[in-house]
Amino acid sequence: MKRANLGSVQSATIKKVLGHIGRYRWLVLLSLLLSAATVGLTLTVPILVGQAIDGIIGAGAVRFDVIWPLLWRIGLCVALTALGQWVMNAINNRITFDVVRDLREEALARINRMPLSYIDAHPHGEIVSRVIADADQFADGLLMGFTQLFSGVLTILITLAFMFSQNAMIALVVVAVTPLSLFVARFIARRTYAMFQLQSQTRGEQTAFIDERIGNLKVVQAYGREAAETARFDEINERLKDCSMKATFFSSLTNPCTRFVNSVVYALVALAGALSALTPGSAMTVGTLTAFLSYANQYTKPFNEISGVITELQNAVACAARLFELIEAPTEIPDAKGAAPLVNVRGGVEWRGVDFSYVPERPLIRDFNLSVQPGQRVAIVGPTGCGKTTLINLLMRFYEPNAGSIAVDGRDTRDIPRHSLRAAYGMVLQDTWLKAGTIRENIAMGMPDARMAQVEAAAKAAHAHAFIQRLPDGYDTEIGEDGGLLSQGQKQLLCIARVMLSGGVAMTGEDGLSLPPMLILDEATSSIDTRTELKIQSAFARMMKGRTSFIVAHRLSTIREADVILVMKDGRIIEQGTHESLLAQGGFYKKLYESQFLGVRQ
Amino acid sequence: MLKYLKKYRLQCVCAPLFKMLEAMFDLLVPLVVASIIDAGIVAGDAGHVWRMAGVLIALGLVGLAAAVTAQYFAASAATGFAADVRHALFQRLAALSFPDVDRIGVPAMITRMTSDVNQAQTGVNMALRLLLRSPFVVLGAMAMAFTIDARCALIFMAVIAALGAVVAVIMRTNIPMMQGVQRQLEAVLAATRENLTGVRVIRAFRREEAQYQAFRAKNRLLTARQRRAGHVSALLNPTTYVLINAAVIMLVRQGAIRVNDGALTTGAVVALYNYMSQILVELIKFASLTITINKAWASWKRIADALALEPSMQSPASLAQPLAPDAPAVQFRHVSLTYPGAGSPALEDVDFSVNRGQIVGIIGGTGAGKSSVAGLIPRFYDATAGEVLVDGVNVKDWPQAALRARVGVAMQKASLFKGTIRDNLLWGRADATDEDLLEAARVAQAADVLAVKGGLDAPIEQNGDNLSGGQKQRLAVARVLARRPEILILDDSASALDMATDARLRLAILGLDYHPTVFIISQRAASIMSADLILVLDDGRVVGRGQHPDLLQSCPIYREIYESQFGKEAAV
Repeated sequence: MKRANLGSVQSATIKKVLGHIGRYRWLVLLSLLLSAATVGLTLTVPILVGQAIDGIIGAGAVRFDVIWPLLWRIGLCVALTALGQWVMNAINNRITFDVVRDLREEALARINRMPLSYIDAHPHGEIVSRVIADADQFADGLLMGFTQLFSGVLTILITLAFMFSQNAMIALVVVAVTPLSLFVARFIARRTYAMFQLQSQTRGEQTAFIDERIGNLKVVQAYGREAAETARFDEINERLKDCSMKATFFSSLTNPCTRFVNSVVYALVALAGALSALTPGSAMTVGTLTAFLSYANQYTKPFNEISGVITELQNAVACAARLFELIEAPTEIPDAKGAAPLVNVRGGVEWRGVDFSYVPERPLIRDFNLSVQPGQRVAIVGPTGCGKTTLINLLMRFYEPNAGSIAVDGRDTRDIPRHSLRAAYGMVLQDTWLKAGTIRENIAMGMPDARMAQVEAAAKAAHAHAFIQRLPDGYDTEIGEDGGLLSQGQKQLLCIARVMLSGGVAMTGEDGLSLPPMLILDEATSSIDTRTELKIQSAFARMMKGRTSFIVAHRLSTIREADVILVMKDGRIIEQGTHESLLAQGGFYKKLYESQFLGVRQ
Repeated sequence: MLKYLKKYRLQCVCAPLFKMLEAMFDLLVPLVVASIIDAGIVAGDAGHVWRMAGVLIALGLVGLAAAVTAQYFAASAATGFAADVRHALFQRLAALSFPDVDRIGVPAMITRMTSDVNQAQTGVNMALRLLLRSPFVVLGAMAMAFTIDARCALIFMAVIAALGAVVAVIMRTNIPMMQGVQRQLEAVLAATRENLTGVRVIRAFRREEAQYQAFRAKNRLLTARQRRAGHVSALLNPTTYVLINAAVIMLVRQGAIRVNDGALTTGAVVALYNYMSQILVELIKFASLTITINKAWASWKRIADALALEPSMQSPASLAQPLAPDAPAVQFRHVSLTYPGAGSPALEDVDFSVNRGQIVGIIGGTGAGKSSVAGLIPRFYDATAGEVLVDGVNVKDWPQAALRARVGVAMQKASLFKGTIRDNLLWGRADATDEDLLEAARVAQAADVLAVKGGLDAPIEQNGDNLSGGQKQRLAVARVLARRPEILILDDSASALDMATDARLRLAILGLDYHPTVFIISQRAASIMSADLILVLDDGRVVGRGQHPDLLQSCPIYREIYESQFGKEAAV
C-alpha cells in the first residue's frame, strides 16, 4: 500500500517535472537527437578503426587504398561527435539551469503568498534547504539523467545490436557475464551500508560534541577543562577512525572488483573472438576482434554508470517532490475582488465574536468582543509565552479568525485589500528583523523613494540619528542579515525609525514623516539596557499621541496609562478592563500585578 | 601535512606502490592481446589463444589482489591521518585565548574540524590511490609504445602533451567560475532565508513584490554564471575525445606504413591502439581526481592555518612570588581595554580596589563595559593599558589554571553540556562529593530543578535544551559554586530568574561559609542595591562608585536607572 503510494507520488512528481521541462521541449528534442547522433558516431569509430586495421595485412600487402578513405571518415566522425557533444552539453546545461531557476522563482513567489501558518509551522532551515539544496540536487540529477541515462541506454542497445550482428556467440558471452559486475557492486554496497551508517552516526556524535565544546569554549577554559575534554573527544575520535576505516576500505573494493569482472569479460571476448577467427570460414577478422574488444570496454562502462544514474535520478525525484510540495503549498485567500482600500483611517477597531485557534483541538480565543475607539490605547499583558502575538497576527491578518470578524472604521477587514489594511498599521516587534542592506534602505523600507531628509527625520524622531552618524559609513553602512554589528537596542531604534515612514503618501506630514494611523508595539524586555529603553519609551510615547495603539506591555507605566487592558494567559484573553477595574476584580491581573511589579519594590 | 602523514609512512609508500603494480598488470594486457593476434590468429595456434586468455584472467586476478592491498593501505592512512588531524585541531583550538576565539569565530572552527577534515581525508585517500597511478599508466603506456615502435610512440608524446595543456587551460578557467557560482548560490540562499525570517515585516511593509524582484535578480545572475561555467566545462570531454582520436588516426596511418615496410606486425598496431584507449580512460580519471585534490588542498590550507595558531596570551608555569595575605582581592589600576578590531575602547581608565570578602555590584547599560570588567579578572582578555591584580599579583604572572581556579565566573549565557546534572556540576570541581554538589545546588536555588528533573543523575541534552533559561542559569551558578572560588563573579547570571528567586539566591550567596569576594553584575538595580561597593559604568568609564544611598544622590545615571525600574516616586 505504502509502496504504491510512494510510486504514485513519484510518478506525479515526474509528471510535474516534465511539465516544467515542457517549455523547453524543442531544446529537449534537439538534445535527444544530438545524443543519438553522437552515440551512433562514437560507436562507428571503433568499427572504422577495425576495418582500417584489417587493411593492415602484412609487410608489402597493406591496402592503403582502403585505409586512407577510412581515416578521413574517422576524422569526420570524430569532428562531428565532438561538436555534437559540446552543443548537447550546452543545451542540457541550459535546460537544467533554467528549469531550476524557474522552480526557485516559483518557490519564492509562493513563499511570499503563503499564509503565515505555513511558515510558522515549518523550520526556516527546512524551507531554505528545499529552495537551495533540494533544487541543486535536483539540477544535478536532471543533468546527469539528460547526459548519461539516454546516451547510456542507447550505447548499450547499439553495442548489443552490433555485437549480435557480428558474432552472436561473443555477444552472448558479454551479455551473460557483464551483469556480474552489477551484482558484485550491489553486493558490496549492501554490505557496506551498515558501516556507512555507523560512520555517519559517529560523525554526527562527534560533530555534536565539537559543536558543544567549541561553541562554549569560553566555559571549557574558564573551568580549565581543556585536557579532560580533549580526552573525551579522543574517545569518540578513535571510534570514528575505526568505523571510518572500515567503511572507506570496504566501499573502495567496488572498483577493483567490478574491474576484475570487466577484465574477465575482456579475456573471454578475446578468447572467443580469436577462436572464432581461427575457425575456417568465419567472418571474424582481426579488425572485428579489435572493435569487439573496444566494445567490451565501452559496453561495461554505461552499465556501471547507469546504476549510479538511476540512484541519482531517484534522489533527484525525491528532491523535486520536496520542492513541489513547497511550490504547491496553499496560498492566502486572495483579496476580495473589487475590495476598496481604506481611506482617511480614523482608527476604530471592532472585534465581534472572534473565535481563533492555531490547531482545532486547542481553541484559544472564543467569542471575543472588543470595541476600540480611535486614538485609544490597548495594553496586552500576561506572563511570557501567553500568546500575546496572536492578537497581532489577527490584527495584521497574518492569520484569519475562525469565526466572527474584525472591522476597522466599521469595515470588515476581509473586505479590505491586505496591503491597504497593513499600511494602516505601524508595527514594531520585539524580534528586530532588519534586511541585509544599508541603514538607509532599512529606514526607507516602507517608502523606498524617500528623500534623504525624510530618512534623517525618521531616524531623529526615533533617537537613532546619533548612533547612525557614528557608524563608519553613516546612513550608507551596510548591515548584514539580521543587523550584524548593531546592538539589540540599536536595532530596535531602527525598527521604530522604519515605522515613521510606512504610512504611505496620504499620511505624509509637513515634517516628511508618514506614520500610520494605528500602531502595534511590542515593548522590549530585559535584553535592552535602561538608557536605550528610555529612548524607545520616549519615541513610543510620541508616536502614540492621537493614534490607536495596541501595545504588548511589560512596563507598569504603560499599562496604567492604557484605556483598555487585555489580560492573556495560556493563549486566551481571560480578563479585560482598566487598571483600576481589574485590580478591583481581584483576578489573575491582580496576582500578576503583585508578583511582577510589586515584587520589584519588596 | 607531511608531519601528520609521517606516522603512516609505510601505508603511504605501499598504497601507491601496489596501485602501480596493478597498473603494470593493466599495461601488460595489450601485449597479451597482440600476442593472441600475432602468435594465435595469424599463426593459427589455438592452444596459444587459450593460454593467453588464461594469462589475461590471471593478470586480472593479480591486479585485483594488488588493488585490494592498495585500497587497504590508502584507507588506513587516510582515516588515521584524519583522526590525528582532528585530535591536533581540537587540542589547538581548545587552547586558544578568548580574543583568538572571537576573531576566528565558532562556525569557522567547527567547519575546520568537520567538513574540512573530511575533504582532506578524501583527498589523501584518492591521492594515494590515483595520484601516482594515473601518470604512471599514461607514462607507462607511452613507454610500452616506445618498446613497440619508437616512431609511433612520438605520436603518444605529442598527444599527451597536448591533452595536458588543454585540461590545464580548461580547469584553470573553470575553477574560478565555479567559485563564482558557489558565491552566488550563497547569495540566493541568504535572500531566501531573509524572506522567511522577515516575513512579518515584509508583509507589514508590503514589500513582497520588491523582495521577489530582488530575489529574482540574484537568481538570474546565478543561472547566468552556472551556464557560463557549464559551457566551459562542457568543452573538456569533446576536446579530449578529438585529441585522442586524432592520435588514433595518425597511429593507424603510421602503423599502416610501418607494417607495409615490414617494421611492425598487425598485432603491434592493435596493441598501440589499445594503449591509446588506456590513456584516454586514465586521463578522464585524472581530471576528476585533480578536482577532488584541489578541493582537498584548499581545505588542508585552511586546516593548516588553524593548526598554526598560537594562543595569543601566554602564562607562566608557576607563581614567581608568594601571595601577600593582606593584598586586596582584586585591584584595577587605570585599566583600559580595546577589543581587537573594535573602533572604540570598551573600558577606559577603570581604577578600583576590592578587599577580600567584599560584595561588589556593577551596574550599567548594555555596552557599558560590565562584562569587560568581569572578563579581565580571570584574564579572559588582557588589559590594553594599566594592570589587573588578583591577590596583589598581576594576572599576567598567574599560571592560568591557578588563576581560574581562584576566580569563578557564571556567565549570562548559561552553557550546559550533554550528560547528567552531576557531570555538569563536576566541571566545578572534579573530586566534589554528592553532598558538595547538592549543597551548591541548594545555594544556587537549583534544588527544585533537581527535584523536578530527577536528581543528580537526570540527563541534560545538548546545550541544555531540555531546561528552561532560568533552570540553566541556576545550574550554571551551582557549577561555579561547586568550585568554591575565592573570587566569585556572577555576570548577569540571574537575568532569567524572577525577582524573588534572584533575591533568595543573593541571600544564600552572602551566607556562604567561606566568605568569598563576590562580584554581582546586573542591569537590575534591585540586584546590587545592598552591595558594599557599587560601580556604575557608562560607556566604558566608571561614573559612580559608593553605596546605594550616596549614589542615588550623587550619580545621575544611577538615579536614572533606578527610577526607570522603580518609578520616580520610589527614588524620592
